[in-house]
Amino acid sequence: MQERLKELQAEAIEKVEQASSLKELNDIRVAYLGKKGPITEVLRGMGKLSAEERPVIGAFANEVRAAISAKMEAKQAELEEAAVQAKLASETIDVTLPGRPVKLGNHHPLTKIIEEIEDLFIGMGYEVAEGPEVEQDYYNFEALNLPKGHPARDMQDSFYITEDILLRTHTSPVQARTMEKHEGKGSIKIICPGKVYRRDNDDATHSHQFMQIEGLVVGENIRMSDLKGTLEVFAKKIFGEDREIRLRPSFFPFTEPSVEMDISCKICGGHGCSVCKHTGWIEILGAGMVHPNVLEMAGYDSRVFNGFAFGMGPERIAMLKYGVDDIRHFYTNDVRFLKQFAVEE
Amino acid sequence: MLVSYKWLQDYVDLSGITAKELAEKITKSGIEVEGVEVLNEGIKGVVVGYVLEREQHPNADKLNKCLVDIGAGEPVQIICGAPNVDKGQKVAVATVGAKLPGGVKIKRAKLRGEVSNGMICSLQELGMEGKIVPKEYAEGIFVFPQDAEVGTDAIALLNRNDEILELSLTPNRADCLSMLGVAYEVAAILGREVKLPETKLEPVAEKASDYVKVVVEAPEDNPLYVAKIIKNVKIGPSPLWMQTRLMNAGIRPHNNVVDITNYILLEYGQPLHAFDYDRFGSKEILVRRAKEGEKFTTLDDVERSLTADHLVITNGTEPVALAGVMGGANSEVTSDTTTVLLEAALFNGFTVRKASKDHGLRSEASARFEKGVDPNRVRAAGDRAAYLMAKYAGGEVLTGAAEVDTLTIEPAVIPITLEKINRVLGTDLDMNQVKEIFARLQFEASVDGDTITVTAPTRRGDIKIEEDLIEEVARLYGYDNIPKTLPVGSSTPGKLTAYQKKRRVVRQYLEGAGLYQAVTYSLTSEEKAAQYALEKREAIHLAMPMSEDRSVLRLSILPQLLEVVKYNSARQNDSLAVYETGNVFLANGTDALPEEREHLAAAITGLWTNHSWQGEKKPVDFFVLKGILEGLFAKLGLTDKVEYVQAQVDGLHPGRTAEILLNSKRIGFVGQVHPSVQKDLDLKDTYVFELSLKAVLEEETDDLQYVPIPRFPSITRDIALVANKETVSDTLKEIILEAGAPLLKEANVFDLYEGDKMEEGKKSIAFSLKYADPERTLTDEEVTKVHEQVLAALKEQAGAVLRG
Repeated sequence: MQERLKELQAEAIEKVEQASSLKELNDIRVAYLGKKGPITEVLRGMGKLSAEERPVIGAFANEVRAAISAKMEAKQAELEEAAVQAKLASETIDVTLPGRPVKLGNHHPLTKIIEEIEDLFIGMGYEVAEGPEVEQDYYNFEALNLPKGHPARDMQDSFYITEDILLRTHTSPVQARTMEKHEGKGSIKIICPGKVYRRDNDDATHSHQFMQIEGLVVGENIRMSDLKGTLEVFAKKIFGEDREIRLRPSFFPFTEPSVEMDISCKICGGHGCSVCKHTGWIEILGAGMVHPNVLEMAGYDSRVFNGFAFGMGPERIAMLKYGVDDIRHFYTNDVRFLKQFAVEE
Repeated sequence: MLVSYKWLQDYVDLSGITAKELAEKITKSGIEVEGVEVLNEGIKGVVVGYVLEREQHPNADKLNKCLVDIGAGEPVQIICGAPNVDKGQKVAVATVGAKLPGGVKIKRAKLRGEVSNGMICSLQELGMEGKIVPKEYAEGIFVFPQDAEVGTDAIALLNRNDEILELSLTPNRADCLSMLGVAYEVAAILGREVKLPETKLEPVAEKASDYVKVVVEAPEDNPLYVAKIIKNVKIGPSPLWMQTRLMNAGIRPHNNVVDITNYILLEYGQPLHAFDYDRFGSKEILVRRAKEGEKFTTLDDVERSLTADHLVITNGTEPVALAGVMGGANSEVTSDTTTVLLEAALFNGFTVRKASKDHGLRSEASARFEKGVDPNRVRAAGDRAAYLMAKYAGGEVLTGAAEVDTLTIEPAVIPITLEKINRVLGTDLDMNQVKEIFARLQFEASVDGDTITVTAPTRRGDIKIEEDLIEEVARLYGYDNIPKTLPVGSSTPGKLTAYQKKRRVVRQYLEGAGLYQAVTYSLTSEEKAAQYALEKREAIHLAMPMSEDRSVLRLSILPQLLEVVKYNSARQNDSLAVYETGNVFLANGTDALPEEREHLAAAITGLWTNHSWQGEKKPVDFFVLKGILEGLFAKLGLTDKVEYVQAQVDGLHPGRTAEILLNSKRIGFVGQVHPSVQKDLDLKDTYVFELSLKAVLEEETDDLQYVPIPRFPSITRDIALVANKETVSDTLKEIILEAGAPLLKEANVFDLYEGDKMEEGKKSIAFSLKYADPERTLTDEEVTKVHEQVLAALKEQAGAVLRG
């Protein structure tokens, strides 16, 4: 009997080893270990055995069963793992296919420049001041030391609506209004961005509408050296640490002394090229110490208070910084242009 | 102002400084030099030649065969096409091997069978602009005076071996509209002396005042009028050096007398005018305002109609010059002139500006009067011109002048302390440094303790107050030398206002949702201004627009945004999503500033989703845009305050448009562009919204407050309703939420069917209802009870029943 069980064990194990599917394995289980299987059948014949033999054979039969079961379990795990692997293999995808696009827009390049400048100055304690685009002649000109008939008004041909109302030609009236609101008291640190308008024919370098961003600091002890230091921080931050700055005396009716600031040309590194007209320098902004007439008109005592102001054109900055060659691109809004400014630097 | 580097050396020693270095120094001290033009750049091998023979080219009517002595070797044959070439002339010859502007190289050539060994040049061929070439040589070659030496460098003789500094002058520096003014500036920069030009008048005994008298009716327009008489002049060409200096400064030579007035204009910055005394028409100069409608023909042969705003020089009866702007044809100097009446005067800048503007006549003279001339230089300029007329036109200068002088010259005397200078500049200068700067500028200055009192010379009319002196100190000390500091004192935290912060949130949100920011023009056409206006108001017109398309301030952003869509669609950018924030302008009557209201508008067109390889392609529709708006209001915490109501808006699809209400007030609209408008603009289906961003951003957002997360499960019941087609989902939702309160928390549409399986006029709409109680788990019975109430309310209030 033992012999028969041994045979069955060897036979079953061989079949298990050869099984190639879970179903096959299950069939083997039913065939050998089931109630109608050969082992059960062998055990049925145990009645004929002696009392001494019965437990021995019984124990042996259980060993055989256990051995077959263990083998089956191992084989089952093996087959299951193979099935998982096969399934995973069948699920392989081409990871180089493009992903599902996430729709993304971005800032207009001028907004990008303006916010960058705003943030820089906010970090230095400035607030952002805004004012009307349609302005009174008084705030646009007179309060800025440009009385009627002043020759410098020649420099800014304007869009008038009535004799006293016009589209502002610069954002400086925001400065005049802010100073006036302070009624001659306390210090001011503002940055004023916004749209301005001039009677220019639109071409590659002119636009009848464009942006400006200006800054104004008023206080009891503001020095020209402070202006110089502030402008240097600005230039290095916006154009890069490696850029040189140069201040030149200039003239604006609302500042005295007046300044124009150049930065060293990025294209040629200051050696001279067509972009910088062979000077190595690129003009970037106008600035100066607030003219005493402007302070006085706004109600500040110019013997006690002084200040500095600066102004620049985001279009020009964007053109220089990104190499844009035509100012009209900013206002035609070709999406192939707009989407180039998505990257956060 | 064009400044000749060579000519400037008459007044300042420029040794050791090249034109380029000088330009750099001038720029750094305050006057921008826009460029330095090297006049003889690229020119080589041009000499003075003598035309020995000239004959008609045997094979060409318009060509001349010339034999020219070029001072070296045998005379050469040159073929010349100029009509004015002739035997006996001294001319500029580009010899074989010469180089001319524009990369032209002169080679030995054969023209119609005849050899040509070089080229006889016009001034244009030597790089000069046609408008400055003397008229008699404008159509042909230039002819040198007979004393020109054959074989010498023609370019040097023409003064083209010079460099021209192009000064870009700001309005305050009118003093540098003269060579002398530039000389003072350069002398101050270099710390060198100014040499004044020479005037050696040797007048004849006759007195000018016996020839003419001057009456000025309007002394405020003309505080100083000086008339000098030069008789026995012989009109002819001025000396070549003078002609070439004028040409290098951009002025065309005419004759000796006119050239001298122009030369003095450049040298002293003082405009002068020469009248033909014999053609003047009287012995009286009367300066007065013109009569309304008075006619006058200027030198350029244009008849002008004058007004009382214009100042005229008259002979007592009729005008002979528009003061400070241009002389008259009737009294112009001609080749027959023998006696010159020379005017040196000071005219009011405003009056001159008005006349020059009204008549569109901007002359070298008017520009100088407008910006201000040195009152102390008027007589000196007149005297020097008279001296040069004696010297170069053979004239005799009469003693004295006829004049009217009501001028009071009060130079500005400005005291300033050293402390103030250093305080404003942030420098640490001592008094000696400051004194030295004013000495270099040739400003009189006296020091008393900490105060220096400066008298500004009359040539520098721009120096009026302390700050002007501070600027002079700063620019000559050098802006480079000013230290760099940052403002000290109480520091305030910089910040954006709540409005500005939220505006940035709106931009970021919209961009995150896939929209690009556009910036368009505020000025538009009358027609477009009112389209899609949220509020109908009278449009604001420019007084003098540059074009119809940019003549009116916009009342809405959408028309421009649709232009952007159109522009892009025409360039294969078919799928587009853009937005813009910006002001629209609402009139407040003609005397007040308009209200400027910030709007937000957006337009989307084409495919919204385009993930083609997975088969996902979805065009834009109303709900894409509405979803973006809902997200925006959610971001701003306004969801519960906003409603969408079916509406009609001009230019939008009548069935696919909603008004947006904020706290029940209309703030904007969202919808599809009307198909007929889409067709006109050649657009595909385009959805848009425009709203008052101001209203949205000014709405207070509630403070954030945490709400506990439900601890007990909710129960969801779905219902499919048959409702009237026109009953909108919001109405059903309101009924549901009201009837189900407080246990019913949410009701969301999850299905809509309007197909032909429905009874006429009906639709099927399904809601998912969510019941919950924060304190406990609800039982089925409780929910069923409320749910029945909801169904009853739907039936009663909207006739909506469960779909069978």
